[in-house]
Amino acid sequence: MSVISVRDLIKTYEVGEVKVHALRGVTLSIEQGEFVAATGPSGSGKSTLMHILGCLDHPTSGQYFLDGRDVARLSRNELAEVRNRKIGFVFQGFNLLSRTSALDNVELPLLYTEKSLKTAERHKRAMEALKAVGLSERAHHHPNQLSGGQQQRVAIARALINQPSLILADEPTGNLDSRTSVEVMGIFQRLNMEHGITVLLITHEHDIAEYATRIVSFKDGRIRDDVQVTNRRDADTELASMPAIA
Amino acid sequence: MSPVMTTRIALKALARNKMRTALTMLGMIIGVSAVITLVGLGNGAQARIEAQIKAGGTNLVTINAGNFTAGGVRGGSGAAATLTIDDVEAIRKEVPNVQYITPGVNMRGQVIAGNQNWSTRVQGTDVDFPLIREWPIRYGSFFSTQDVNSAAKVAVLGKTVSEQLFGPEVDPTGQVIRVRNQPFKVIGVMGSKGQAGMGDDQDDTLFAPYTTVQKKLMGQQYIQSITLSAANADATSDVSNAVSVVMRTQHKLANGDPDDFTVRTQEDIAEIRTAALDTMTNLLAGIAGVSLIVGGIGIMNIMLVSVTERTREIGIRMAIGAKGWDVQLQFLVEAVVISLLGGGIGIALGFGMADLATRFWEFPTQVPPNAVAMAFGFSAATGIIFGFYPARKAAALDPIVALRYE
Ligand SMILES: Nc1ncnc2c1ncn2[C@@H]1O[C@H](COP(=O)(O)OP(=O)(O)O)[C@@H](O)[C@H]1O
Ligand SMILES: [Mg+2]
Repeated sequence: MSVISVRDLIKTYEVGEVKVHALRGVTLSIEQGEFVAATGPSGSGKSTLMHILGCLDHPTSGQYFLDGRDVARLSRNELAEVRNRKIGFVFQGFNLLSRTSALDNVELPLLYTEKSLKTAERHKRAMEALKAVGLSERAHHHPNQLSGGQQQRVAIARALINQPSLILADEPTGNLDSRTSVEVMGIFQRLNMEHGITVLLITHEHDIAEYATRIVSFKDGRIRDDVQVTNRRDADTELASMPAIA
Repeated sequence: MSPVMTTRIALKALARNKMRTALTMLGMIIGVSAVITLVGLGNGAQARIEAQIKAGGTNLVTINAGNFTAGGVRGGSGAAATLTIDDVEAIRKEVPNVQYITPGVNMRGQVIAGNQNWSTRVQGTDVDFPLIREWPIRYGSFFSTQDVNSAAKVAVLGKTVSEQLFGPEVDPTGQVIRVRNQPFKVIGVMGSKGQAGMGDDQDDTLFAPYTTVQKKLMGQQYIQSITLSAANADATSDVSNAVSVVMRTQHKLANGDPDDFTVRTQEDIAEIRTAALDTMTNLLAGIAGVSLIVGGIGIMNIMLVSVTERTREIGIRMAIGAKGWDVQLQFLVEAVVISLLGGGIGIALGFGMADLATRFWEFPTQVPPNAVAMAFGFSAATGIIFGFYPARKAAALDPIVALRYE
């Protein structure tokens, strides 16, 4: 059974009199353990699809099955629970709480989890997540005291904290320099390969897409191409051969 | 999310905007402290009046000529000439549990001793008077039954009168004074009784046999009041009821006729005096209570601003799993924390102001515990009521719309 299965997904925004067709019929299946890169030019509907897949937005029409469950039938509260437990979302603009420490930001999803953990246990898990993205020393910094790459990693740690089975990342390397980009891709590859987490990653950079196992290309709200990656890049190997930053 | 976490998050959010939180609280602080102070002052004044009146003796019953409760013309005390000494005798004979009883005839008069001259209240009574009022004698003695029967021109001075005429710490017994130009022999001086309620100096009185006052000073047969003491405090209301019955028979009133006299216990008098004050206190507290509503609207206003400002935060929380209820609770708790904190500070401030009033103006204050409980409950309710709508608005946001909000 596919983790994600969408059929004839259409999303139309109405801006005043004008209709914007963000998605014009997308059909796509993603299996457990896949690492999929969604590429395409700006405005091709990638983020729109991502928000629908992340249970944040509803399609105008079409079907979406998540782990075999029809998402359209879920209540607001059930959707909140799915977002909390099953999906780790890494937003294009990070979407961290300002004036809140990295640690507290990472902990946040745990606060909204049904079975509540003790404070000490929450801290421990948040620290582990921060360590996994290499940011333990910055735990008590606020987002405005962190660089773009560091904020991105806080956002990733937050997405990991509740041990999701699916990670959705919207242009996670969009604002990063090339070395940091490789580091972040390394995190995703490790999550995918070592923990079997399904990853769907949006990028408009073709070289970044090659860290995935499969590339789906979008154009004008439709899928134009869907190919397996033959020569997959490996972030850890590349990092080892890169010169360390002084 | 657990209530503890929700509260902690709310406190953090409020701490981030200390100035705004403080200003929002101010409305609650002013409202609550005003209510507490006013209720404290009102209750204190009431308690003082009650204590003063009851100090006169809880077993006292007073009968005045005229009816003060029936509508229509209200005469001054004793204005109607309906009480006579026969009424006193009838009560003495027919009402059980009457310990002491005295008629009362009052007038004002000029008193002269040598070249000293003083205007005072002249009170005609029977020999029971000092026993009823438990009023000790300082010098000499009170007049006797014989003095009453013979309408003797003898006078017992209140402390103030004695001091005005003869100077302090002087025993004037045996001296002759002139009351309304008639010579009276001073046979005693009362001990000090002090102020009655409403600043009336009880020691500024001259006592004489009621017969003397009736015949020699006023030239009439009527009396203005009857004062009696019941055998004990518990018997007071029975005595007062029995007195009414006897008086109606005595005055030959038919069924349905209104009383032409008024019977009151000290308790009744205390109640009458404090009732007016009570109304005043409630009115003022009510007006102060309105400021609580204004405070509540202030909270609502700020919470609405806060929800709009933090739309993105709400979106982020929802995107990572917060349910509508979690968000609603968060904002509701913020509102309640503001109002409760404001209420708490207001209560403390109210106590402080009441205390200052006591200390600097010697005005007695008494804040009843239920007023504190009510102020606290009112604060919480204000927070919940005025925080509800903004919190609902926050909870109803669509996650994706909230996330996109700039
Ligand atoms: N909330 C919105 N209201 C109206 N139009 C929107 C909205 N969000 C996206 N769009 C439009 O939908 C199209 C697809 O946008 P998006 O999914 O963000 O593209 P991408 O992420 O691939 O750059 C664009 O033309 C964009 O302008
Ligand atoms: Mg996008």
